[in-house]
Amino acid sequence: MDNVSALLGGFADVITPMNLLFALLGVIVGTAVGVLPGIGPAMTVALLLPITYGLPVEQSLILFGGIFYGGMYGGSTTSILLNTPGESASVVTALEGNKMAKTGRAAQALATSAIGSFIAGTIGTMLIVLVMPQVVNFAISLGSPEFLAIILVAFVGTAAILGSSRVRGFAALLMGITLGLVGTDFVTGQQRLTFGSPFLADNIDVVVIAVGIFAVGEALWVAAHLRRKAATVIPVGRPWLSKADWGRSWKPWLRGTALGFPFGAIPAGGAEIPTFLSYLTERKLSKHPEEFGKGAIEGVAGPEAANNASAAGTMVPLLALGLPTNATAAIILAALMSYGIEPGPLLLTKEPDLVWMLIASLFIGNFFLLVLNLPLAPTWAKLLRIPRPYLYAGILFFASMGAYAVQGQPFDLFLLLALGLLGFAMRRFGLPVLPLIVGAILGPLFERHLRRSLQTTGGDVSGLLGGPVAWVCYGIVIVVLLWPLIARLRRVVDRGVDGTGGSGSGASGPGGTGGSGAAGVQDDPYVADRQSSPDDRGRELHDSTPGSSSPAPTRKEPES
Amino acid sequence: MTVLVGYVPTPLGEATLRAGVEESRRRTERLLVVNMSRDDVLVDAHRAASDDLARVERDVTELGVEVEVVRVEQGTDPADALVRVAGERDASVIVIGLRHRTPVGKLIMGSTAQRILLDARCPVLAVKEDGA
Repeated sequence: MDNVSALLGGFADVITPMNLLFALLGVIVGTAVGVLPGIGPAMTVALLLPITYGLPVEQSLILFGGIFYGGMYGGSTTSILLNTPGESASVVTALEGNKMAKTGRAAQALATSAIGSFIAGTIGTMLIVLVMPQVVNFAISLGSPEFLAIILVAFVGTAAILGSSRVRGFAALLMGITLGLVGTDFVTGQQRLTFGSPFLADNIDVVVIAVGIFAVGEALWVAAHLRRKAATVIPVGRPWLSKADWGRSWKPWLRGTALGFPFGAIPAGGAEIPTFLSYLTERKLSKHPEEFGKGAIEGVAGPEAANNASAAGTMVPLLALGLPTNATAAIILAALMSYGIEPGPLLLTKEPDLVWMLIASLFIGNFFLLVLNLPLAPTWAKLLRIPRPYLYAGILFFASMGAYAVQGQPFDLFLLLALGLLGFAMRRFGLPVLPLIVGAILGPLFERHLRRSLQTTGGDVSGLLGGPVAWVCYGIVIVVLLWPLIARLRRVVDRGVDGTGGSGSGASGPGGTGGSGAAGVQDDPYVADRQSSPDDRGRELHDSTPGSSSPAPTRKEPES
Repeated sequence: MTVLVGYVPTPLGEATLRAGVEESRRRTERLLVVNMSRDDVLVDAHRAASDDLARVERDVTELGVEVEVVRVEQGTDPADALVRVAGERDASVIVIGLRHRTPVGKLIMGSTAQRILLDARCPVLAVKEDGA
C-alpha cells in the first residue's frame, strides 16, 4: 500500500491552480491535435519542447501527459465522424464507428468511445501505480549489459514489427542511430560525422530532429498533397448511451483495457496491434455478429478502450526503465533528459515526487478529458474546418521558432529544413518514422551501455552477455530477426507433410496481398502519422479483417 | 441562358433555391444549381451531400422547372467558382443567399457574397436571411 500513499501524496502535489491549469491545457491541446489527422501528440510534444524549457519540469511533464492522453480521445472523434482516423490508434474505430454515424448513431459511438476511453484510462493508470514499482524493483538490479539487451529489443521491435517492411524499418532505425551519433564522442572526444563543422560538434538536438521529421516533414507532405475534396459533416446530437448500449459496451471496455495495457508496455507494442486484436475479439464474442460491418457498438467500445489502456501501458517502461515504446513517449523521454534528469530505474528513487505527481496528473487529465469530450465532441469536430494552409503555416512557424530557440543558431534552421526533407522523403517512400526517432534518442544511450559493458570486461565480448535477462532479450531479438526464415521453414515442412508441392497457398507470403489492413477505412495518405502507417498495421491480421480491402488510394464518397 | 443558384445545405440555402425556382419560371429559363466545397479543408459545412443534391434535383423537377445540379469541389474560393461557372454557362442572373456578418468577421474571413456581387458580370439576386 506504499504505492497508494505515494500516489495520494502525488495528488496533494498536483492540486495547485497552476498544475491543474497545465493539465487542462494539455488535454485541450491533446484533444485538438488528436482530432486533426496528420497532426499527432508526438509532433505536438516536439513542437512544445522548446517552449517548455522555461517551465518547471513538473509542469511540462503534466502538460505532455495531458497531450498524450488527449490525443487518444480526439482521434476517435475524427474516425467516427469522417471515416478518416485522426490518429493511427483510431484506425479500427473507424470500421464500426463511421458505420454507426452513417446510420444516425454518431452520438452513441462518440459516447461509448469517450466513456470507454475514460474507464480504460483510469484502470490503466491504476495499473501503472501497481505495476511500475514492481518493474523498478526488478530493473534496479540490472546492469549495463542487460540494458544494452533491452534497448536492442526495443530497436529490433520498433524496426521489425511496426511498419510495412523490415528493410524499411531497419533503414529508418539506422538513419536515426546515425543522427544520434553526430557530435563528439563522450569517451575519446573524437569528432564524429561533424564534417568539421563546429555547429555539429555538440550533437544534433533531439528537438531539431523530432520537429524536422514530424512537423516539417508532415507539412511538406501535406503541401505536396494539398488538393483533396472536402467531406460532408455528419450531424450529431448530444452524446449519450441507452441502457442497452451500456449493457453491450461494458464488457468490450474491460476486454479492450486488458488487451491494450500489456501491448502498450512492451517495446514495439504501440496502440495499433491491441486495437485490432480487440476488434477481432469483440467480433468473435459478440452476440450480434450480424451487426459487425454495419455499425456494432462493441467494435467501437473495445478498440477505444484498448488504445487508451495502451497509452497508460506506455508509461510503465518509460518511467521504470527509461524505455519509450512509441513516438510520443520517446519525445517525453528527450524532454526529461533536457532537464538533466536521467531516466531509468533510478528515476523513482531519485525523483519520487515527480513520478507520482505525473501519475496523479494523468488521473486528473483523464477526468478532464471525459468532461471535455463527452458533451463537446461535435464542437471538436469543427476544428476539421480549419483550412490546411492556415494550420500548417502555424506548425511551420512553431517548428522554426522551436529549432531556433534551442541554441539561437541559424544553422539549426538549415538543419531543420534538411531533416524536414528527409522526413518528407521517408513518407514518400513509406519508411516508418518511429524507428528513426527511437534510434536517435536511444542510440546514444545504447552506445553508452555498450561502452560501459565492454570497459568492465576490458573489451572482452563476453561482457555483453550479462545475466539471464540479457539472454532472454537476445533470444527475443534472434526470434524476431529470424521469423521470416522460421515461417518459411514451417511452410516447407507443412507442404512436405501434405505432399502437395504446387504453388502453395501464398496467402501469408510477404506482399502477397497488398490490401490495406484497415478494410473500409480510407487509405488516406495523410492520415498517416507515417511513424506507424496504419494501413500496414494489420498485415498479419488482414486475412480475418472483414469487408473488402481496397488498395487504391482513391477516396471513397462518404455518403455513397 | 440559365438562372444560377448558389446552393448550401442550410435554411438560407433552401430559401435561395426557392427564389431561384421563381426566377427561372419568370424568365422561363433553365435552373442551374451549384454547390461548391473547398478542397483545402477536411470538412466543409457548405458541402451538400449527394442525397441532398438528388433531393434538390427531384423537388425542382417536380415543380416543372428544368434543372441541372453541379458540384464544384476544386479551388478554395466559392465566389470565384460561382462567377466562373456563371461566365461559362452564360447565366442571366445569379441567385445567392446573403447572411448577416459582423464587420470583424468580414474583415478576417472576407465576404463571399460581397465578392460575387462585385465580380459577377450579370445581375445578382440576393436572398436575405430574415426571409428564410
